[in-house]
Amino acid sequence: MNNAVVNLLEEALGASNGRIILVEDCVEANGAFILHHIVKHVFATCNGEPGIVLFVALAQPFSHYERILRKLGCNLIAHMEKKKFVFFDMLKLDCPGVDGGTQKGGLVHLYQKIERAIQTVSPESKGIVTVVIDDISLLDVACHGSTAHVLDFLHYCQTLTSELDCSVVMLNHGDVYSSMADSRFNLHLEHLADILIKAEPLSTGVAADVHGQLTVINKGNTERGLAENKIRSFHFRVKENSVEYFFPGTLT
Amino acid sequence: MAETICRTLRDGALSGEHAPALTIKDSLRAPLGFEAFGHFLCSLVHNISLGKSQAHGLVLVVLEQSPSFYLDMLKHRGYDTASLNNWIKILDAYSDPLGWKGQLRCVKKSALACPEVVTPFRNVGDTDNLFTTIIEVGKGIVGESKAGFSVAVDSISAVLRHATVPSMSALLSNLRSHEQVSSTFWLLHSDLHEVRATLAIEYMSSMIASLEPMTPGGDGQLGTADSISSLRQISLRGKFNVRLKRRNGRVKVNVEEFHMEQSGIKFLPVAHGNSTINQDLLPKLQFNLQLTERERVDRAKVVLPFEHQGNGKTIQIYDGRQSLPGGQTHLDLVKQTDHASKLAKEFDSGKGEIHYLRDSEDELPDSDEDPDDDLDI
Repeated sequence: MNNAVVNLLEEALGASNGRIILVEDCVEANGAFILHHIVKHVFATCNGEPGIVLFVALAQPFSHYERILRKLGCNLIAHMEKKKFVFFDMLKLDCPGVDGGTQKGGLVHLYQKIERAIQTVSPESKGIVTVVIDDISLLDVACHGSTAHVLDFLHYCQTLTSELDCSVVMLNHGDVYSSMADSRFNLHLEHLADILIKAEPLSTGVAADVHGQLTVINKGNTERGLAENKIRSFHFRVKENSVEYFFPGTLT
Repeated sequence: MAETICRTLRDGALSGEHAPALTIKDSLRAPLGFEAFGHFLCSLVHNISLGKSQAHGLVLVVLEQSPSFYLDMLKHRGYDTASLNNWIKILDAYSDPLGWKGQLRCVKKSALACPEVVTPFRNVGDTDNLFTTIIEVGKGIVGESKAGFSVAVDSISAVLRHATVPSMSALLSNLRSHEQVSSTFWLLHSDLHEVRATLAIEYMSSMIASLEPMTPGGDGQLGTADSISSLRQISLRGKFNVRLKRRNGRVKVNVEEFHMEQSGIKFLPVAHGNSTINQDLLPKLQFNLQLTERERVDRAKVVLPFEHQGNGKTIQIYDGRQSLPGGQTHLDLVKQTDHASKLAKEFDSGKGEIHYLRDSEDELPDSDEDPDDDLDI
């Protein structure tokens, strides 16, 4: 059963190279486990060869991800030694200043680091690098609430998808920007994303064996002539060493 | 109506008038703005390549899709790079809109794909510079001649993130009023901006094509429980509202439907779409709720009572209360109606007619009798 259910998320994501995946979660349903799942999936296979992950961490230290991925059967330290995993510790990222000059300085520097790292780890191959950002809300905090500069940074990340065929995966806490004034930031992110994954609590209330529901909206890829929205919705249960995905009512 | 827009963009500006400007509006709930933009772009490029349009070239300013996206799209339609270079230039404000990349990486994929077509632009916030560069690039296509060129912007929303609404309006106004600009069109994500910004841009446009979902409502964000079911419907189809502003101030509004197909976006009249919906929605009944085509034609031919007969006589509308002029009685009226009906029969024997004869017992008008005088009050 495990193999079949794990594939629900992977099926919904489809071929994700060169795409932007936005994971939007809320306080009641944490979506960080999706990032772990995607990291593990990238290492497993990406265009027939093991992929490379560039992890921009603003939320947790390396030890946290290392421990969780090890439980999922993935050794980050080994991947790091093989230059398949690059970790950017941005826990103390701070872009002070109100005028924009120094604020952008921090993000410009971060972007240039990412681009340089891509050129170092994958000078020739295209479509095997995935940039993971955990998370956008803390990037906004580091920029002292300047969402415009965060969007500039994300646009530059988007250019990596079209020029180098990289994938970008980012986590955002949607409920932080749920008020009318801030909701445009969410809309900007959703416009930017090719695939949107929403993690929400169960609409029917709290359940012991179902931890929430995922909605995956795959906008298709206009560049490949597939402009059709594919929407999947299913439940999930986060276990100690894995995550189960299943359609409502099919949990045995 | 989409055809009208294509023709207007093709025909360009009249002498002494501003260039026609099209705003294509979309939102997350009807997210096919790029497909509509691509449709009008390809149509214009087709007309330019055949020499049918007023414009002799096209400047495409890209901010949200890479230049290679558009080059691939045009190549897919059969245009090769050599021919493209003669009448299209891409101003690339997508790859490095703020100059962050600088000297980091000199060789871009887009530049490699087609270096002579793509011109980089690295300061989106400076709309004055953007305007000057657009005109320079346009003049580069048409050369020394005074021929016009068209300008397409993908998208205004990306410019609005870096520029103020007044400077954006100034840019669009300058573009429209420039003597060599033949026509302009741009894409706008309406849900990303304040209403006043959207309205300001709509004022600058002579045509507004708005892509809207079939079912209104929702908070605009994707994935909320109430919108997921409707998303399945809107992903492939929606309403295409077009507002055309004439020079004399008249505003013409038209609604079409758009359908996304494998070959691209298609625009259909609403009537076509509605009839299919109605046929689908109507329950299977044993009796007939709808008219057949012949019944519908016959119904349209029926001349209603007191309707103008078109026989050249004075129109007399008798409401059953006023007294008729010249001491006519209702019997005279009946005779007149008979005469009119005979005339109508001469013109078209297939026309139906309703004869209205006032029932004098029930509807006696203007009687001196008090209808309530038998009441003992």
